Amino acid sequence: MAAMLEVNDINVYYGSIHAIKGVSFEVNEGEIISLIGANGAGKTTTLHTISGLLKSTTGSMSFMGTDLMKTPADKIVSLGLAHVPEGRRIFQGMDVEENLDMGAFTQPKSSIKGNKEIVFEHFPRLKERRHQIAGTLSGGEQQMLAMGRAMMSNPKLLMLDEPSMGLAPILVDEIFEIIKALNKAGTTILLVEQNAQMALSIASRGYVLETGRVVLEDEAKNLLNNDSIRKAYLGG
Amino acid sequence: MKFLSNLINGISLGSVYAIIALGYTMVYGIARMLNFAHGDVIMVGAYICFFAIYSFNLNPVIGILMAVVVCTVLGVVIEKLAYKPLRQATSLAVLITAIGVSYFLQNMAQLLWSANPKVFPTIINGSIKLFGGELSISRTTIVIVLVCALIVVGLSIFVNHTKMGKAMRACSEDKEAAQLMGINVNKTISMTFAIGSALAAIAGVLMCCAYPNLQPTTGSMPGIKAFTAAVFGGIGSIPGAFIGGILLGVLEILGSAYISTELKDAIVFLALIIVLLVKPTGILGKKIHEKV
Repeated sequence: MAAMLEVNDINVYYGSIHAIKGVSFEVNEGEIISLIGANGAGKTTTLHTISGLLKSTTGSMSFMGTDLMKTPADKIVSLGLAHVPEGRRIFQGMDVEENLDMGAFTQPKSSIKGNKEIVFEHFPRLKERRHQIAGTLSGGEQQMLAMGRAMMSNPKLLMLDEPSMGLAPILVDEIFEIIKALNKAGTTILLVEQNAQMALSIASRGYVLETGRVVLEDEAKNLLNNDSIRKAYLGG
Repeated sequence: MKFLSNLINGISLGSVYAIIALGYTMVYGIARMLNFAHGDVIMVGAYICFFAIYSFNLNPVIGILMAVVVCTVLGVVIEKLAYKPLRQATSLAVLITAIGVSYFLQNMAQLLWSANPKVFPTIINGSIKLFGGELSISRTTIVIVLVCALIVVGLSIFVNHTKMGKAMRACSEDKEAAQLMGINVNKTISMTFAIGSALAAIAGVLMCCAYPNLQPTTGSMPGIKAFTAAVFGGIGSIPGAFIGGILLGVLEILGSAYISTELKDAIVFLALIIVLLVKPTGILGKKIHEKV
């Protein structure tokens, strides 16, 4: 069976800077996949390319049989591929509920209410603050809102970019519990993290990126026990 | 009573500025550009209405509708041809292009319709007398203020409560994130130009009803004043454009009545400088602090 998301030999440039150098990987249905790597390794660029915000000059990308290279950015979410960007990128001037409505932009009106209930089940705090302006939420709540907003589109594959960034350890645990719960409920996850320990502990497989290349791929538990990975990313 | 009459005239002029300023502020909010050709779209709208009534003897209402349709199309075409190719360019390049479009429209109008001023036909007749005839308000004035109020309310409802309106706000905050939601940014920008230009057409007709002198440069000064009004109220804010427009109109009329007619424009721009010194974001403009 073909993989849900197939990325094959993509190359991305920022002007003259070659940011992604022939990256290939795949995500199968039901998996949690982690892309780990240091700052500047190309993790965020990879996700932006999949979402169509950046263009690859070579290679191929397909999601459930649809050619992503030919799909404009605003048509991708309706394929069932949602992206929670780095830094949350919620709509600060809108309230919580309006942000969720934006997440459901491509959805029929009839499904919005039910989806909102599901989001509120996962994030009860968002329900309490449904009329609060998003820009006034705490960092953790903003992350929850960004994830909830993406869930409103009924994604089959959810791409999360640094969901733990800037959060207190207790909130990081909470976010990761929710990621596991979403996966259990049937959503495939592609997780980009600098917090490699956390990311690999919930993932089935992982890819290690270094300066725009995949340098290693393996089962997550093998990566956790790999000496060079431990030295470079897991603090010894 | 003289003061009250001046005040009402000021609100009326301010209403025209407000309608133009709404177009400026919406386009700035979504496309992050100052569309200096906006004022000249007003002039085109007024000419279309003028010829519909004067040359083709059409009903003024049909004339206004034609102006709205032509300006809407014109706005969308200008955006597609002149601004869209510059989406990734520096803001200075876009600004200079907008000024170029402005001159292009003025010269095009001169070529097509000559530089001779036209006298805009009277559409709305008569006036209402109050206080035993001491205060006379023309019906034109009343219509202008009512139309402006209607537009502001309608636009607020559209932007805050409809799906398309919310998508516009999303685009104005973060275009990439909006695309991730499935919002087509190019379509949204086109629609913003369409709405702004339709409002410009209405403003052009209303303005020429009150000040019936129509020539190819008719739109430029009101355009700059409305831009000032938008900055005054906080550029990007719809209520700000409304408040800024009304204040500017009142200031201009009162300034010319009680200080000096020659200095009325100077007074307006002086007020802008003072507002920007005291509150650089304008009256209702706000900074959004980003949390990382």
